[in-house]
Amino acid sequence: MTRPDHLTEPRWVRGLLLALALGFLALFLLVPLAAVFAEAFKKGWELYLAAITEPDAWSAIQLTLWVAAISLPLNLVFGVAAAWAIAKFQFRGKQFLITLIDLPFSVSPVVAGLVFVLLFGAQGWLGPWLMEHDLKIVYAVPGVVLATLFVTFPFIARELIPLMQAQGSEEEQAALTLGASGWQIFWRVTLPNIKWGLLYGAILCNARAMGEFGAVSVVSGHVRGLTNTMTLHVEILYNEYQFSAAFAVASLLALLALVTLLVKNLIEWRSARPEPDSAPMEAMAAPVPVRPATA
Amino acid sequence: MMNAALVTVVGTSATARRKRSRPGVLPGFGISMGYTVLYLSLLVLIPLAALPIKSAGLGWDGFWDTVTAPRVVASYRLTFGAALVAALVNLVFGMLVAWVLVRYRFPGKKVLDALVDLPFALPTAVAGIALTALYAKNGWLGGPLEQWLGLKVAFTPLGIVVALIFIGIPFVVRTVQPVLEDIEREIEEAAASLGASRWQTIRRVLLPSVLPALLTGFALAFARAVGEYGSVVFIAGNRPMVSEITPLLIISKLEQYDYAGAAAIATVMLVLSFALLLVINLLQGWQARRGGRHA
Repeated sequence: MTRPDHLTEPRWVRGLLLALALGFLALFLLVPLAAVFAEAFKKGWELYLAAITEPDAWSAIQLTLWVAAISLPLNLVFGVAAAWAIAKFQFRGKQFLITLIDLPFSVSPVVAGLVFVLLFGAQGWLGPWLMEHDLKIVYAVPGVVLATLFVTFPFIARELIPLMQAQGSEEEQAALTLGASGWQIFWRVTLPNIKWGLLYGAILCNARAMGEFGAVSVVSGHVRGLTNTMTLHVEILYNEYQFSAAFAVASLLALLALVTLLVKNLIEWRSARPEPDSAPMEAMAAPVPVRPATA
Repeated sequence: MMNAALVTVVGTSATARRKRSRPGVLPGFGISMGYTVLYLSLLVLIPLAALPIKSAGLGWDGFWDTVTAPRVVASYRLTFGAALVAALVNLVFGMLVAWVLVRYRFPGKKVLDALVDLPFALPTAVAGIALTALYAKNGWLGGPLEQWLGLKVAFTPLGIVVALIFIGIPFVVRTVQPVLEDIEREIEEAAASLGASRWQTIRRVLLPSVLPALLTGFALAFARAVGEYGSVVFIAGNRPMVSEITPLLIISKLEQYDYAGAAAIATVMLVLSFALLLVINLLQGWQARRGGRHA
């Protein structure tokens, strides 16, 4: 698809723009990514393996997997419920509800962590009651899960709402007139239509759940081997000047990021989305929402 | 006659439906809506309400003194200043990258296009330590920069800007890209055939069409940068009054068990996030209307 000369820039301008854009991306994306792996392997394979198999690192990896395994299904169920209510029905205050769902995207992760400390901490509203019953939420694993749930809250809903709004509900209504029950409609009609969008939201949600740092850092209490997730483990190693070990664990997270991007692109290709995703993955308010469904 | 009667029947039943305000014919509205509102309230709204309530304990004067203390004001100036500079850099280079990705052909384009989302997928802490290692005195970039230009990046406000540029890259690119793809060639053809130079076509025809998307991307990048924590703490140096960002100040208040103080500063940030979310919504409305006119 070459453009005629009068619809494109002179050759030297094209070259200059290309060089500037590629230079920018190389400097700000490729070099930092390369640095993670270079630093990780600086002291050789053995140290790398030792750093990622050491007990504290291993328990951090396990905790990270657990946190993601808990928060992903919860946000998945919420995302589907919210998208069903918003996309298939008309009610007042719909736009307001969508804005509230977006809220966690625009709140600083540190603030997200702080609110749970204020609620469940020793000085918090529920602190004394929790203490009496010997329950610990903040500076323990439940706090880490709650903070992760908060920051990953909108991902799946935000992916499904525009998708289901664009699809409309004719197919579901047809199923209804043919006598299908609500669950049958959902499993047999809606789910097959939204499965790629669902997977897309889930993979983004998972990447953020495993990679969250700020919110988790506030509520975790940094107890080694107990409440440290991978990102917190990286921070501790880094602050102890164990740079190679820190980058070794970080390289696992970088790999996760690369796999996420790969799967994301596979889904885009497989589902042949009309646009390569007009909404940034983590857009605070998902730009370019589906155009309001005016009849 | 029959038709008119039919129209009346349909018309009245439509108004009747609106009056009874029945949301739709599909089942599951009650349960999905109820679950959405319950989950949203428990996980997001009630926890966030803890912020203003906790900071109200300070009284108005105490609140005002806390949020306008010199160290806090210095942190606002730094946070918003650095976020603004980073978002402006991303405005220019994001536009450039989107342009190059949509209009030009070069090897490796697909891979680079996918990698633009890296800052969304890479955990912020990993980005933070990678950038710090790069720009530190003995790093790949930090050494040459200091030797040749006398420029210190790591552990200065400049380092904060670098980190915020990194995390903001995808926003402008991903909002502008689909709009650029949608612009029809005929529009440019018309401008050229009416005697416009290439530069005039870009400035008078293309730029106005992408302007709403460009500003939306800018606002999203800015909002994200204001709340950012993970990638910044490692590279900032975190010296009070000089390179201490507002989210970090919240954490240091928390570490001193000054819960009300932390909540007060967090409340200020929350209000600002709300305001930014509102601006972004307005920009998107503008963009949707623009898009509608072109379609």
